[in-house]
Parts: sequence; C-alpha cells; structure tokens
Amino acid sequence: MWSFFHKLGSPPWLYRISGSILRWLLPLTLLALVAGSVWGLLFTAPDFRQGNSYRIIYIHVPAAVVALAGYYVMAIAGAVSLIWRMKMADIAMRACAPIGAALTFVALVTGSIWGKPTWGTWWVWDARITSMLILLFLYLGVVALYEAYENKALAAKACAVLSLVGTVNIPIIYKSVDWWYSLHQPASIKFTGGSTIDPSMLYPLLFMIVTFYALFTCSLLLNMRAEILQREARTGWVRRLAGEREPG
Amino acid sequence: MNTLSTPVFCGLLLRRQLVLGLRKPIEIGNPLLFFAMVIALFPLGLGPAPDTLAVFAPGILWIVALLSNLLSSDGVFRSDFEDGSLEQLLLAPQPLYFSALAYVLAQWLLTGFLLALLSPLFAVMLGLDAAAIPALAASLLLGTGVLSLVGGIGAALTVGLQRGGMLISLLILPFYMPVLIFGSGAVQAALAGASAAPYLAILGAMLCMAVALAPAAIAAGLRISVDA
Repeated sequence: MWSFFHKLGSPPWLYRISGSILRWLLPLTLLALVAGSVWGLLFTAPDFRQGNSYRIIYIHVPAAVVALAGYYVMAIAGAVSLIWRMKMADIAMRACAPIGAALTFVALVTGSIWGKPTWGTWWVWDARITSMLILLFLYLGVVALYEAYENKALAAKACAVLSLVGTVNIPIIYKSVDWWYSLHQPASIKFTGGSTIDPSMLYPLLFMIVTFYALFTCSLLLNMRAEILQREARTGWVRRLAGEREPG
Repeated sequence: MNTLSTPVFCGLLLRRQLVLGLRKPIEIGNPLLFFAMVIALFPLGLGPAPDTLAVFAPGILWIVALLSNLLSSDGVFRSDFEDGSLEQLLLAPQPLYFSALAYVLAQWLLTGFLLALLSPLFAVMLGLDAAAIPALAASLLLGTGVLSLVGGIGAALTVGLQRGGMLISLLILPFYMPVLIFGSGAVQAALAGASAAPYLAILGAMLCMAVALAPAAIAAGLRISVDA
C-alpha cells in the first residue's frame, strides 16, 4: 500500500503508468462518447412534453455532474499536496482547474440552449444556474491565482488553500435545486428511492455520465503528462525520452 | 524570557491595529467615503424617482457595502508585509490563528462595523422604508463580519504579489455571493412585512463558520506569502 503511495510521487513512474492507462482508456472513451451520443440522440423515445429538445440532457447532465465532481478531485489533490507535500498532487490539482472550468462552461451553455425552447429564455437567475456560474468563477480564480505566482511550488500551495476554502460552496451548489425550488427541476436520478426518469432514458444517461468521468480522467492524465514533462524538462529521463544525448 | 499569553498578545495586537488605524483617520474614512460616493452614483444612473430607488435600495446598499469591504480587505496585511513585521508575527510563539483573528477583527471594527452603524443614514437617503432599516443594520453587522474574514483569506493569499488588487476580487467575490443573497434577502423580507429572522440566523451561522475556519486559511495563506 505505502509503496504504491510513494510511487505516486515519482514523476517517471506516473508518466509511464499514465501512458499505459491512456493507451486503452483514451480510444475506449472516444468510442463510448460517440456510441453514447448516438444512443441518446437517435435511439431513445422523444419526451412526452419536451419532444426532441430534451435530448441535450445527454450532454448537459454529465457535464454538470463531472464539473462538480472535478472540484472535489481538485480540492482533495490540494489537501494531499498540503499535507504530504506530494509534487504529483500539485500537478493533478493544477490540471483539474481548466478541465473543470471547461466542463462547467459546457454545462452552462447546453443548459442555456435547452432553456430557450423549454422555458422560453436563454438565461434566468435561478439558484442552480447562478451557483454553477459561481463554480465557473471558482475554477477561474484558481487558474488566475496560479498564474499570478512566479514560484510555481508556492502557487500550487496557494491554490490548494483556495480550492479547500471553495469546497464550502460545493454542497450548496449540489443541493441548490432541492433547496430553492424554481425553474430548474429537482434532480431526477436518485440512488435511494425511485428515479423520476424512465429506464429507457436513464440507461443512456448513466452511460454518458460514466463516459464523461472517463473523459475527465483522460484529460486530467494528458494534462498532467504535459505538465510533468515541462517541469522535469532538465532531468535525464525526459532527455532520454526526447532522444537527446545526456549532457557531459 | 517570559512570553505573553495568547489572549494578552492578541489583545495587544488588536490595540496596535486600532491605534494605527485611528492615527490615520482618512484611512478609516476612505471606505465610508467610497460607500457614500457610490450610493450617490445610483440616483444619477437610475434616475432620482424615489419609488424606483426604494425598490433597488436593499440591493444597492448591500452591493456597495460589499465593494467597499473588498477594497479595504486588500490592505489588511500589506504594510506589515512590506516592513517585515508580518515575518516577526509568524515567528512569534503565539498561534497565528488567533493573531489573524485579531487583524481581521480590527479591520472589521474600522470598516464593516462603522458601515453598519452609518447604513441607516444612507438607507434614508435612498428612500428605504423605515421598517426595513433595523433589518438592514443587523444584516450588515453580521454579514460584514463574514466579508472581512473571507476577505482576509484573499488578502493573505495575494499580499506577496505585485498586482494583488484585481486578483483578490476574482478570488473573493464568489465567496461574497452567498452573503449578498441572504443579506439583501433579510432587507427584502422586512420590506415585504415578513420576519427577517431566518435570514439573519443563516448570516449568523455563516459568521460562526467563518470565525472557526477562516483564520486557519488566513494563517496558511500568510505562511505561503511570506515564503515567497
């Protein structure tokens, strides 16, 4: 157990292992993304009230779910880097922020496109929508703070503190649809008690959520690999990887 | 060598901050002046019709209070960081958690507290219904405490940076939003004739949580900034 934990802190090991994970995970994810979209968009029944416009749910909900989960990943990575001073956790935390921001943005844009035919407006200042906008600002704040520091090790520490402070907001965002009942419907999928969504629509949705998690993992690993190479650019193993002769 | 006990140390620190503030009255006046000036912008921008202004008054007063707090938060640790006394504070045997609390308390007494006391005056100027004024003052009293504590986190994280001013607003405003929601909610509830108590209770809960957690984050932020 502990040897695994120690290996996680080693850049070459992580680079190698992430490479072999990505080799099968990345094609699988892309395939699942296409398959899930085709399943959701072509082979499910149209909604009784919303007709075909509801089909955007297969992008909207997975993006929103993973955007929120991504914040937890970032905060946990931040905590790990603060507590155990693990360099790779810094890199993971840094890599989460832009991906999370992109997913939040996708959730907001698809929500707005969905809102036009169903609610008759592109944007409302509803609790869930506003809190997702705040989530976007939280992610962008982490990116901005990281860029502001010259010393990247300190930047990572500062971002870790900021992302831990930000976790206070996440449960509020998560529960906002249930606490403030407004235009946005409450969560349809519940693990305890009955879901209010038909199984024929639920299965492709769950499939897409899992696919989005995989997509998040792939982007995270790709981002981390790039960052590892950049940080370790002067070390022997990166030079050997790039086919350079070692100096001296 | 005898060391001061933590309560005495923090009391002295609080007194020092207050004396430093009181010796430069203009520094205390600035946020209040800013508050008054921005309030004066709204009748110019929205038109001076009293009923329009009265409708927007809860939101205007709260947003302006939030902005003036944001501007004054930026400087809490700045001068002590520049002259090196912050490093001494970090080396002191007393826990940084309580020292940070003393700094924030001094900053709140000189800005948020005064702002809450003066807010009825500005509320009358904007034509806010007299029934909502106690709710406004009470919500500002509780809410600005949260704002100062959260602002302290932003100030601690950005004190070592060259251009912290713009960055601190990006970092801190998302955390100000819940306070704004419940703060102006309290005033609006009082305007509608309902009780403001539930909103004030939530603001109080936020304040308790901020008092408990924010000093730890401020302390961590100060250590990082001094390292840089």
